[in-house]
Amino acid sequence: MSAVADRHVVADAEAKSASAKPSLFSRALPAWAQALPLALVFLVFFLVPLALTVMVSFWDYTEYSLVPAFTLRSYVEMFEGCYDKLPDLCVTLKTYLSTLKFCISVWLISLGVGFFIAYFLAFHVRTTTMQVALFLVCTVPFWTSNVIRTISWIPLLGRNGLVNSTLVKAGIINTPIEWLIFSDFSVIVALVHLYTLFMIVPIFNSMMRIDRALLEAARDSGASGWQTIWNVVIPLSKPGIVIGSIFVITIVMGDFVTVGVMGGQQIASVGKVINTQMGALQFPPAAANSVILLVAVLFIIAALTKLVDIRKEL
Amino acid sequence: MSDRRTAGFYWLAALFALFVLFLYGPMITIFVLSFQGPQGGLTFPMNGVSLHWFSHLWEGLGVVDIWAAFRRSLKLGSIVMVLTVVLSLLAGLAYRKRFPGSNLLFYVVVASLIVPSIVVSLGIGLEFRLVDDAIKSLSDTFGWSFLDGYTTAMGLYTSGLGAQLTWTLPFGLLICFAIFNRFDRRYEEAARDLGATPWQSFAHVVLPIIAPSVVGIGLFGFTLSWDEVARSSQAIGDVNTLPLELTGLTTTVTNPEIYALGTLTTGVSFIVIFTALGLMQMLRRRTARALRAAA
Repeated sequence: MSAVADRHVVADAEAKSASAKPSLFSRALPAWAQALPLALVFLVFFLVPLALTVMVSFWDYTEYSLVPAFTLRSYVEMFEGCYDKLPDLCVTLKTYLSTLKFCISVWLISLGVGFFIAYFLAFHVRTTTMQVALFLVCTVPFWTSNVIRTISWIPLLGRNGLVNSTLVKAGIINTPIEWLIFSDFSVIVALVHLYTLFMIVPIFNSMMRIDRALLEAARDSGASGWQTIWNVVIPLSKPGIVIGSIFVITIVMGDFVTVGVMGGQQIASVGKVINTQMGALQFPPAAANSVILLVAVLFIIAALTKLVDIRKEL
Repeated sequence: MSDRRTAGFYWLAALFALFVLFLYGPMITIFVLSFQGPQGGLTFPMNGVSLHWFSHLWEGLGVVDIWAAFRRSLKLGSIVMVLTVVLSLLAGLAYRKRFPGSNLLFYVVVASLIVPSIVVSLGIGLEFRLVDDAIKSLSDTFGWSFLDGYTTAMGLYTSGLGAQLTWTLPFGLLICFAIFNRFDRRYEEAARDLGATPWQSFAHVVLPIIAPSVVGIGLFGFTLSWDEVARSSQAIGDVNTLPLELTGLTTTVTNPEIYALGTLTTGVSFIVIFTALGLMQMLRRRTARALRAAA
């Protein structure tokens, strides 16, 4: 804590001496000093790495080394056969489609579930204590390991898992259902399980700002419950919905751990391709894949942020 | 809201209950199965109840030195926690004043949260590899003998630490925004009017009031680091953290050892979570008492 303290003293001392001749520079100095350490972390571990990724995506490579150059080789190889083999899909397009499919499924499910959970917490739970308690119940798993939460589905959904053995015992099915595990289904279940919280929190946050008088007014004007939700609650929760959607979509777009474990390492995703290429030390193709993934994600975010100004929501 | 519960309430309450079951059910399964008997397998039924798999775990998992990874993760998590608290609190203070570049920094921080982790991780991995290459070629060119043994700058406390901070700091900063948005500046003004120096007003007025939320930042810092996989994956160097080892084990281990390990790491998470929540509650009560006494 003493680092905070020292900086604060320094910053304020500077602020005082600056008040004599307040130029923009000297007035901003203490704030800059305070923000600097954080800014440096993002410069060194976020901005520079992204720039280098873009740079290396245009480099050439051999089996064991990187060759500085300017070539489109990685991009060309990535999209090889994507055009001339149409209508058959090339590997890259297939991977993106598969990833996008997970994205859309998980987004829709987590949005539906998240919205109503947030709605319940915000409008139906009456005491603040209860609200905090139930909110914490939803949040605690977020602070525990994603990998463990993922593998914990295996004893439930596995071939001899709880679901299958129960169904067989009950005589509903004769042989275990194969698509419960290591399938698109299990990947989607696990992703929804992991990331619905990212929907709940921002939507709940938006809902808590809605003036309760508006809901009363809607009811007094004769709106049904659904009409109130559709015409009052949803429009006013839009910022939360957009922020939650951005979170869920970007996380699922880049996921490779959950798709790997729950897909039995057999299902493709963009993140997995990048991970595999890194493992094989093919850095320029991995970088090129990252750049394309980043562009795709940015497009989605740009489309979503057209709907809302994030800055106002904090 | 009306006093009578509507039918909608019961539907939503049922949905909420199902959701909680969906959230915790699988975790409970893992917990139960980790006490599987020595002959038991990865799924139900339970074949007796024992601590067999925990004792297996205690002896280590053969090839993987799981306890070394455990200690590394604890240490890294603690460092990430402290840095997350200090750096985001400092930056949070900066944002209370206006400063040129504040918008840019804000967007960079938010971008770090939403750029896919695998991309960030790959970038950091590349960065350190390029730095290594540069250092090696420099030492070759100039014959710097002190760099002879140099292999890589990549490691747990360099690239690994940085990678995790790009994930924890945005949460820390956003919490700080929430803290200071709700902070009543009149307390500070009162302190100033009573002759407190800026440092005194921070240490004796601001910090005690925001202390519960600061503990919250620490909670995010530690738990997010303790479980982090995606950002560390390409940027960790030679030695792995516990969650990375665990991810590797998911494909190789075929007995309940992995559940025992899951129960253990989740146990650590829960200890940290409930210690933090308890501490927050205690601090909140103490502050409320002090403020009441002052009023």
